[in-house]
Amino acid sequence: MSTEVDTVEKQRYDIAAIRAQFPILKEQVHGRPLVYFDNAATSQKPRRVIKAESAYYATINANVHRGVHTLSTLATEAQEGAREVIRRHINAQHAHELIFTSGTTAAINLAASSLGQLLLQPGDEVLISGMEHHSNIVPWQLACERHGAVLKVIPITDSGEWDLRAANETISQLANCRMLAVAHVSNTLGTINPVKELIAGAKERGIVTVIDGAQAIAHLDVDVQDLGCDLYAFSGHKAYASTGIGVLYGREELLERMPPWQGGGEMIDQVTLEKSTWAKLPFKFEAGTPHIAGIIGMGEAIRWMEDYDKAAMAKHEHLLLEHATQELLTIDGLRIIGTAKEKVGVISFVIEGVHHYDLGTLLDQQGIAVRTGHHCTQPLMERFGISGTTRASFAPFNTIEEVDAMIAAAKKAVKMLR
Amino acid sequence: MTLDQAQQELIDEFALFTDWQDRYEHLIELGRDLPLITPEHKVEGNLVRGCQSRVWLHAQPLSPSAPLGVARVVRFTADSDAMITKGIVALLVRVYNDRTPDEILSGSTDFIDKIGLREHLSPNRANGLSAMLDQMKRYALAFSG
Repeated sequence: MSTEVDTVEKQRYDIAAIRAQFPILKEQVHGRPLVYFDNAATSQKPRRVIKAESAYYATINANVHRGVHTLSTLATEAQEGAREVIRRHINAQHAHELIFTSGTTAAINLAASSLGQLLLQPGDEVLISGMEHHSNIVPWQLACERHGAVLKVIPITDSGEWDLRAANETISQLANCRMLAVAHVSNTLGTINPVKELIAGAKERGIVTVIDGAQAIAHLDVDVQDLGCDLYAFSGHKAYASTGIGVLYGREELLERMPPWQGGGEMIDQVTLEKSTWAKLPFKFEAGTPHIAGIIGMGEAIRWMEDYDKAAMAKHEHLLLEHATQELLTIDGLRIIGTAKEKVGVISFVIEGVHHYDLGTLLDQQGIAVRTGHHCTQPLMERFGISGTTRASFAPFNTIEEVDAMIAAAKKAVKMLR
Repeated sequence: MTLDQAQQELIDEFALFTDWQDRYEHLIELGRDLPLITPEHKVEGNLVRGCQSRVWLHAQPLSPSAPLGVARVVRFTADSDAMITKGIVALLVRVYNDRTPDEILSGSTDFIDKIGLREHLSPNRANGLSAMLDQMKRYALAFSG
């Protein structure tokens, strides 16, 4: 199938052309064509990104920032060029507001550790929601433990959302809330959360806001200034770039006040054996040699995304989501977990009498890659009274035919298992 | 039947199946024949750690009062909430049930590869499979000597 969208500058939404850019889609699994529905775990990589990274290693590999030689200059230019591309993409005010980390997890650990040190006093509160990934729970638990603060949780509705009014009510009941950390998009449910509105309410109370954008960056137009958040974390690998690279965006004024997280090379101004002073932003937070190839690849991945109309991609993913929802519900005893009105192309479900592990294994035998388990959201699983789900998550290169193949494979599996 | 013979028997049995569906149907069938753990032993403490599905494993020495010089053997019972996992644990139980602690301690999961279920040996999933065998070995160790 192909969905065509009229735009002047952007490339047409030609699904065959998009598929041709992902070398992995030619692979077979158990002798069948790969159907990759695990995009929320990690996205596949377009050839352009793979090429950009290997070109870095083949032609300009050198350590950045400190070298006086030509390759070091070229590598530095490529890395800082990528930082600028990503800045523009998320509409940050300054490129130095983007800190490169190893991923969203490291970004949130940086945020929790540094903000904890800066702001948390015994008895203070940190607010998260009940649908957070463990990466947006555990770092805050550690910070709370370290500083004697308390972790509070915004409750989740049966449809897998937090109700904005209820969330604001939770905030208003907290006397000493210093930080709010929530996901822009739920990895398990696909729910798109009204973070902008929640941030506005939190800011009025002087609460520092941290957004886990891991699942948003590939699907939504993220504008950090419009959102009004203080910090925003995301990974490269969920948006067509490599594993091992991510970004923590932070407002300049706040980053200036935050203490460094890790010490090492690149992050210092002066070092004496008694005391060190810190480099300016963003280097204060970038100890050690960065993942230069990954950064360059991330810049290329953003450029690749920008070549397309994101709205057209979102529309296509929504089409897949609607079709999958409708067809999955024809399976006897199937229940969808996460029925929010606003969702990205993620669908989680359970089937009565069928264990998700069994279903995932039998789908794999038929060439279909889905994720099964608790998706690193055990508190959310507990909220729904389940041990795990089967999750299909879509990308712009997936097709309606692939969704149909998954439905047929699932029906076959259910027949074998009942 | 020796340990090797028991493993070979399973390899031969699975060799009859040419496609994945028959292989998995047989595995699920074997799971249905698994000597089930009794409710009083199906407890948190008997859960095997490291599996995506839950696996309970219990063992007891058979004829614990056997005279000196007579090898004691170990009898396993188990269960799982996933049918494929139950089939996998059934394979292990079929091979290692009523074996001496020494036999169990020398055991490996290599035969799983030969019966065409290699995917369960990858570090990704094998957490489950190797964790099951490790647990069996811990029981065997406890009953040896």
